[in-house]
Amino acid sequence: MMAAFEPIKTAIRSPRGGASAAVLLLVVACALFAPLIAPYAYDIQNLPGSNAEPSAAHWMGTDEFGRDLMSRIIYGARTSLTVAVTAISISVVAGLSLGAMAAYFGGWFDRTVTAVVDLTWSFPEILIALILIAIIGPGVGSVMVAVSIAYLAQFTRLTRAQIMALKNETFVEATTNLGAGHFHIIFRHLLPNALAPVIVAGMLATGDAIILEATLGFFGLGAQPPTPSWGAMMSSGTAQIFIAPWIIIFPGLAIAMTVISINLFGDALIEALDIRNRLRSV
Amino acid sequence: MALLSVQSISVSIGKLNPLDGITFTIDKGEILGLVGESGSGKSLTAMCVMGLLPRIGGAITKGSIVFDGCELIGLPEIEFRRLRGKRIALISQNPMTSLDPIILIGAQIDQVSKLHLGLSAEAAKARSLDLIAQLRIPEPAAIHRAYPHQLSGGMKQRIVIAMALAADPDLIVADEPTTALDVTIQAQIIQIMVELVRDRGLALMLITHDMGVVAQACDRVVVLYSGRVAEMNAIGEIFAEPKHPYTRELIRCIPRLGQEPGSLKGIPGTVPSIIDYPDGCRFNPRCGDARELCRAQVPALERKSSGLAACHFSEV
Repeated sequence: MMAAFEPIKTAIRSPRGGASAAVLLLVVACALFAPLIAPYAYDIQNLPGSNAEPSAAHWMGTDEFGRDLMSRIIYGARTSLTVAVTAISISVVAGLSLGAMAAYFGGWFDRTVTAVVDLTWSFPEILIALILIAIIGPGVGSVMVAVSIAYLAQFTRLTRAQIMALKNETFVEATTNLGAGHFHIIFRHLLPNALAPVIVAGMLATGDAIILEATLGFFGLGAQPPTPSWGAMMSSGTAQIFIAPWIIIFPGLAIAMTVISINLFGDALIEALDIRNRLRSV
Repeated sequence: MALLSVQSISVSIGKLNPLDGITFTIDKGEILGLVGESGSGKSLTAMCVMGLLPRIGGAITKGSIVFDGCELIGLPEIEFRRLRGKRIALISQNPMTSLDPIILIGAQIDQVSKLHLGLSAEAAKARSLDLIAQLRIPEPAAIHRAYPHQLSGGMKQRIVIAMALAADPDLIVADEPTTALDVTIQAQIIQIMVELVRDRGLALMLITHDMGVVAQACDRVVVLYSGRVAEMNAIGEIFAEPKHPYTRELIRCIPRLGQEPGSLKGIPGTVPSIIDYPDGCRFNPRCGDARELCRAQVPALERKSSGLAACHFSEV
């Protein structure tokens, strides 16, 4: 089992892997321990102190209701990460199962799955997410569902391509010849062999999902006030962009730093796992 | 009664008919050699026995395969799965790729006895360690914890054999188990495999194109040529008095100690293409004694002074 962590260790030892891992760790810590880290509560308004510049009391300044921006960004990490990670996890699990079954069984099931997946693949993720939210209504739950469906195509295709290549391997044939059933072959032999690239793709997609969540939040379709979300904070900052630019700059920086770190760490992981070629099969 | 009785099976894959009336039997505790050149239908015969033909889009068009009193043709896949590994195990050609690269060797052997014998994790492990030791691999416990890439080709092939033996099958089908290995390891692995099979009184169907391996291991030999049985006889007779000209040529191809350098010859000509088999005896274009009858009429597989052969002109 220890062997599974080797590539992660290798990735962390590389310079960009180490730096990005440190930033990610910080973001995750913010999300987990927000009440302990944040200097103020995220929803306490202080109208006299609204749109205050960054100062010793408020490191990142305050927003139009006088709420401490840093505290809101720290709590916002919660919303962003929860939505992105949950949505991508659902997407990866569903994509793995669908892709594996489609590739393994083939026939009409494969054709149906491929057709539906290719259909969603041909739209930009944001469009799919907007359509879905228009149907089910705004909110954190809806964003999770929308994001997970928007990214489903990617994982299904990647898994399908992996399994297609794997299912003709001799060891699969050999296992069949010893009497193993479909279930055993898919879950014990095919999926474990296909997992590495899918997990890395999932990691990289988490970065995209944070942007997608922020975009939906920017449109006011995600977490509803007063729950802080980086996208919604930027949205409210657009009105004050000339009098209080920090309101839009700091949440934007938080999004950018998180997503860049995720991508850099994903890259380092690809290098460590040596799977660049396999990821190209999408 | 024979453990496995294959009666004149013919196979079609699309428009092609790669097997035509293959017949042979294997008794309990017997080692049967299935020899022939590439493309003669050896592996396909193994696939028929294992019920794997549908997987490559083939079908058995006639004949019957009876294993331990049970007809295998038309057996549903789910029943076949219960036979595979448990009663009939297949050892495939390529040990390098027959093991899952990301699963521990031990777990791969364990899963066979867990699945078919319902053993607990500890019992399965003990059994696997015992098997590894019987295949004369040093330090079974270390091997049990190793990944396939940490083993040499010969060791991997032994592990594949251990997996085949793990559920105590009655019949083992070994499809060229040593082709991918170098010659010194080949002899060793065949010897270990034959010993284990004899000790347990198992039946073994050994597919090979190497008459040397046959001479080392088998009780009886079936010679295939272009999808038909050319000859079937006990090991002693087949080497002492081959009835079919193709068998004679095969035996002539075994290199001997003290042979003149450069005197080792192959069989002239090539195996006929499956798309365009010659009429009559399929060996006639390469046979030195071919006559008019050989080109006109298919020779039946007949009883000769000993064994069976399909040749119009073999004496007695």
